[in-house]
Amino acid sequence: MNATALIDAAKDGILTGSVYALMATGLTLIFGVMDIINVAQGILVILGAYLSYALSVHLGIDLFLGLLITIPSLFVVGVVIERAFIGRLKGPEKTAMSILVTYAVSLLIEGALNIIFTVNDVQLHASYVNKSFLIGGIHFSFIYVAGFVMAVILLSALYFMLYRTRFGVSVRASLADQTSAALVGIDVRRVSTICFGIGVAVTAAGGMVYGATNAFNASTSYDLISRLLTIIVLGGMGSLGGAMIAGVSMVFIGDMVGVLWSPVWSTMAYFVVLIIVLLLRPQGLFGKPIARVA
Amino acid sequence: MSVLLRAQGISRAFGGVQALNECNLEVEKNSITGLIGPNGSGKTTLFNVMTGYVTPDAGTVSFEGVDITNHRPDAVFARGIGRTFQLTRIFARISVLENMLIATQHEESWLRGLTRSKSTTSEVNTAMEWLNFVGIARLADLPAGALSYGQRKLLELAYVLVADPDVVLLDEPAGGVNLTLINEIAEKIRTLHKDGKTFLIVEHNMEFVMSLCDSVTVMHQGKNLVSGSPADVRHNPLVLDAYLGGGDDEAPDSGSLHG
Amino acid sequence: MIRSKQLWWTLALAAFAIFPLVVTNPSDTTIAFFALLYMACATSWNMFSGYSGYIALGSGVFYGSGAYTMALISVHAHMAPGAAMFWLVPLGGVVATLIAIPVGWAALRVRRHTFVVITIAVFFVFQNMAINFGFTGGTAGLALPFITWDSSYYNIPFYYVALAVVIFATVLSVSVRRSRFGLQLLAIRDDEDRALGLGVKVGAVKRTGFAMSAFTIGMCGALYAMFVGQIYPQFVFDPMFDISIALMAFLGGLGTLTGPLLGALLLEAGQQYLTVTYSNGSLYLILFGALFLVVIMFMPQGVVVYFRDRVTKRADRERAVLAENEAALDLEKAH
Repeated sequence: MNATALIDAAKDGILTGSVYALMATGLTLIFGVMDIINVAQGILVILGAYLSYALSVHLGIDLFLGLLITIPSLFVVGVVIERAFIGRLKGPEKTAMSILVTYAVSLLIEGALNIIFTVNDVQLHASYVNKSFLIGGIHFSFIYVAGFVMAVILLSALYFMLYRTRFGVSVRASLADQTSAALVGIDVRRVSTICFGIGVAVTAAGGMVYGATNAFNASTSYDLISRLLTIIVLGGMGSLGGAMIAGVSMVFIGDMVGVLWSPVWSTMAYFVVLIIVLLLRPQGLFGKPIARVA
Repeated sequence: MSVLLRAQGISRAFGGVQALNECNLEVEKNSITGLIGPNGSGKTTLFNVMTGYVTPDAGTVSFEGVDITNHRPDAVFARGIGRTFQLTRIFARISVLENMLIATQHEESWLRGLTRSKSTTSEVNTAMEWLNFVGIARLADLPAGALSYGQRKLLELAYVLVADPDVVLLDEPAGGVNLTLINEIAEKIRTLHKDGKTFLIVEHNMEFVMSLCDSVTVMHQGKNLVSGSPADVRHNPLVLDAYLGGGDDEAPDSGSLHG
Repeated sequence: MIRSKQLWWTLALAAFAIFPLVVTNPSDTTIAFFALLYMACATSWNMFSGYSGYIALGSGVFYGSGAYTMALISVHAHMAPGAAMFWLVPLGGVVATLIAIPVGWAALRVRRHTFVVITIAVFFVFQNMAINFGFTGGTAGLALPFITWDSSYYNIPFYYVALAVVIFATVLSVSVRRSRFGLQLLAIRDDEDRALGLGVKVGAVKRTGFAMSAFTIGMCGALYAMFVGQIYPQFVFDPMFDISIALMAFLGGLGTLTGPLLGALLLEAGQQYLTVTYSNGSLYLILFGALFLVVIMFMPQGVVVYFRDRVTKRADRERAVLAENEAALDLEKAH
């Protein structure tokens, strides 16, 4: 076995994996608080990437600076989606319905993006995108490192918000039990809307890094959403730490299989791991087990 | 009289909470046994253990002398133990009659279900008789979700009875229903008891328990505290302590205890 | 009421039976063929997911398996191109069912929400295998024996075989609904744990339903492969397929009989028509998405249920019966 390949896979796992983890955190937060599976998360990442693209190509705004515009914009998009559609879902089939509703939203956005930006692949460019540097004999690509740093900053901010602020207490209370949270006077409705907004807002950052490291068009969202969904299921739905670990291991496992065996099987390796884990632990790595009596 | 259903030394913890702690319970054949105790004393958990919904950390459950610990709920039901839930559970989007038919096939292999129609005439007749017994026969064709809370309680009782279980476990049959309906439910239980059914009833309404049961077991902090006739239990100082945490100004026979 | 229902079914069947005789333009009959394929798939999907509430989003696995069964066997057995290949259609269904047994065994060990995601994961595993295994021809796909029927005739046999598959799927769905097994699926949808406590063998029932629904979808995949003559992994294992049949069933009315049929007919015919006329898939996505949102928001039970309840004034009738019963109970007590 090749030691360099292993180090590369670990490096890539942590750097790229953390960006996936960031996007998946948004998804798992939404599920944890609201029991909503937001399958539009994939297309929203692409929307974020296209927003960065439009700002940098048409207005010459730097990719990282542009986040100051794209993150709030996607927050608003999230709030609008929640208020217009998600918040109206009720009843026992709420979660199943949410998959369909957010899928419909996703189709709308996909169609609009196709018309505005065409279906040709694009990639985000900046002077630093292809730069790399050497530390301890290992090549580090600038954009991956920057993406990693940004993901860490945003995730820390998210954790700070959840564990050190009053709003965070309300969110965690709602994560644990919506009904009890409402009983102690938490405005669960408002918490839900804001969480959905935050869960969507992180896609702007994830989308920017994704768009700078991959060529994409609107239909790339299918690959993305399948990865994000599997990350949150592997980590345990509703578990923030689980999403982080699953995001990193997804990329790591894929890279390892790519190096040791063949790149064509790297995507599949991850899905196979997921299926095996779920057979042994249906609730995912860090999820709460489901009791028989509801 | 012989013991029909027995739980011995049952323990079960959820996280750090010891819901049941070496709890024992005996239900005599053809009795109406009451199970009372303050909230959180482990009554519903004991029900869940006895019906296969929760696996105990320790202890055994036996029915007619046969060990049924860790049997799944379907197997427990097939042996002849039926139960209702504290928060009524009915199948909301199928008709009332179809609700009744679900439980009628408990002795059938699942493959048989594929090849036979959902009901025979005699099954429908039996189902209708039971619906008639609880007084909701004319609602048979409505989706069960349209029923009121009290009607749902009656439906749940009926669809358990349709499978003709030997013992029926009722989790708060009188909870949340009006007085007329409470009396009616008590009357149904008495009638069924005369026909040879055994009942185990968890209930907060003391009047209901004391007037109906031949034997009462009081639970406290996951253990069985006292068992005996309603009169004995009523005047047992241990029971007063359990309910009132050492106070002495109110006894459990002073009406329904909530809290 | 019953008789008029039968009359409608007969009329609809007659209309479908004479359709290719009246409308002979090959591009129209192609649209009709695809509409029938999706009607069968949506009905079959609904027979498990609609009845049991377990939303499967990986049915493309069965469609693709059926398609590859048709392609691989017809190629390797050097079959003469032509009607004999139709015999492979049921075989596609059998292969899909055989695949569904282990898949269902694994995926149905978890509850609803996770089940959805596992079916998606399984789907991508299969898509990946089809792309990367040697025997599937990789991304270049597989070319089936070339059928040299005249273009004015080509669609007609396919149309009638597809119609037969739709009838098969519908009859199967009706008989499941009328069987004890179907009642158990519905009980699982409403309250799985309660059903278990009433003696329903929920595990076996779910696995059986899942495998049964794979059969028709596999047949449709095989028929599709034969029709187009050349299959590519990304088209027969298409994530759009998974979600489309779910949306069609949902749009018409989840768990109803006519819902998936109507939903698939309207959506697939609409999509094919828009694609052919405007060759603009993006416009279709927007229309589809918008239509879907409207239905979910205003008719969450689906179009068929919504209009049926309007026509029959079901809610009013139910209220009347309930009130009457309450009154009767009160009267009894008064005595």
